[in-house]
Amino acid sequence: MKADAWKGATLLAVTASLAGASAWAQDKLPTGAGRVDSGDTAWMLAASALVVAMIVPGLALFYGGMVRSKNVLGTMMHSFLILCVVSMVWVLWGYSLTFAPDQGGVIGALDWALLSGVGAAPHPVYAPTVPHLAFAIFQLMFAAFTPALIAGAFAERIRFSALLGFTIAWSLFVYAPLAHWMWGGGWLSKLGAVDFAGGTVVHICSGASALACALVLGRRRGWRTEYMAPHNLPLVLAGTGLLWFGWFGFNGGSARGANGVAAGALAATHLAAAAAALTWMAVEWSHRGKPTVLGIASGAVAGMASATAGAGFVGPVSAVLIGATAGALAYLAIVWKGKFGYDDTLDVVGLHGVGGLVGMLGVGLLASAAVNPAGPSGLVFGNPAQLGLQVLAAVVAAVFSFVGTYIILKVLDGMITLRVSTEEEATGLDLSQHNERAYS
Amino acid sequence: MKLVEAIIKPFKLDEVKDALLEIGVQGMTVTEVKGFGRQKGHKETYRGTEYTIEFVPKVKIEVAVTDAQVPKVLETITRAAKTGSIGDGKIFVRDLNAAVRIRTGEAGEGAL
Repeated sequence: MKADAWKGATLLAVTASLAGASAWAQDKLPTGAGRVDSGDTAWMLAASALVVAMIVPGLALFYGGMVRSKNVLGTMMHSFLILCVVSMVWVLWGYSLTFAPDQGGVIGALDWALLSGVGAAPHPVYAPTVPHLAFAIFQLMFAAFTPALIAGAFAERIRFSALLGFTIAWSLFVYAPLAHWMWGGGWLSKLGAVDFAGGTVVHICSGASALACALVLGRRRGWRTEYMAPHNLPLVLAGTGLLWFGWFGFNGGSARGANGVAAGALAATHLAAAAAALTWMAVEWSHRGKPTVLGIASGAVAGMASATAGAGFVGPVSAVLIGATAGALAYLAIVWKGKFGYDDTLDVVGLHGVGGLVGMLGVGLLASAAVNPAGPSGLVFGNPAQLGLQVLAAVVAAVFSFVGTYIILKVLDGMITLRVSTEEEATGLDLSQHNERAYS
Repeated sequence: MKLVEAIIKPFKLDEVKDALLEIGVQGMTVTEVKGFGRQKGHKETYRGTEYTIEFVPKVKIEVAVTDAQVPKVLETITRAAKTGSIGDGKIFVRDLNAAVRIRTGEAGEGAL
């Protein structure tokens, strides 16, 4: 009664790829595709490691500390499992569908399934001075981080097998197309919308998808009546630190080289995080009377999310403004969440949805070709048209992610049970899903 | 023999322990508990969600004493645990039917 349908599809795809992929150990790129630069390559490889740290254990700790102790292992498991599963599907078809030569603006070809042709020689467009494989692995981390973020929306109540099926289907039907549209030569990028490191592809996407998840899965039992406070805030802080550390790779590595743009992206990330953290802290202090640790950590994450769209396009002061805005708006979003009544358990919508949106708008306003000659300028620097493109991309990302996720969940719901039983939810994910206890 | 059970504020534990040792009480058992009497709880806020925590952390001390010791023990605990503000706690006295020292097998008041 499990989702044999998707298991079968996977098997079919593997067989087809194996049959279709020829000379998978050899490069098929034209000669003269670019000389590998050791500095650029070193940075890209390091950046991949940094982003891995954001997922395991960064996000695992950040989310794990926020749930109740009976669910900490189950929650941390989500990050680990998603990293592993997405890594596999990325090799099978994910990278190819996202980045291989564009088919009608909608999706990539399957030329690079099983990473066929993706090797030591650089790709002339994506990363001309870095081995193609290094770029592919770097992008893998983004493909894994995004669904790992979404998992926060249905924490404490998703069945493990449902998470597994969801991850595979979602990566294929939501992430690959959207990432292709923005980064793989698809229609949004052709229109001129830009997204440096994932304001739409990662943050707006995960925020909108998370909203769909929260609505379909429903609220946790005892929501708003039972005590569901974070069980271990020190873990949350440790996770926040790793996210901050790793985000330098997330945004800095998106420069695809060790250069001035990477430096600017790292600076923008850091400054936006700090500004957002302080702004959230200030708003919370005045609104509630005390600055909280969870607040400053959340503000920082919202800031990092807001830096992502434009890290390589805006200057340091612009980054501070974008971060501060994100910190304040994310705080408001969290306060308003209660009024809407949906249980987005770990605030993916409020932090990443809002942060990503602020970032995309920030590009439309504050991008500057003086900072990055390869990028656009925004309204403030003389190009009002960019703002419209950014808004369009943001809206497309939000709507597509929400609708796509909603459909996937409804289909899955028809095949397997998405949510744990009432008794399992009371016992906790750790024991009910994994037969394990976190703290003896 | 009596079992004296005292619920006190946690930070008063050391003071009460020292005072009891001074009057000749040989040992005690301590448990972390929560509860409330007239003391109100407190509020905690996590990302906009507010929780009212009604139960307040307390410490329960249990000492087994002879009937003769009881008045002195009650007076000592009260003196050491008191702060004057709401939430200082309560002391209960139960009958103790038997007591045994496991190492030696002594029973009755010799086991206390």
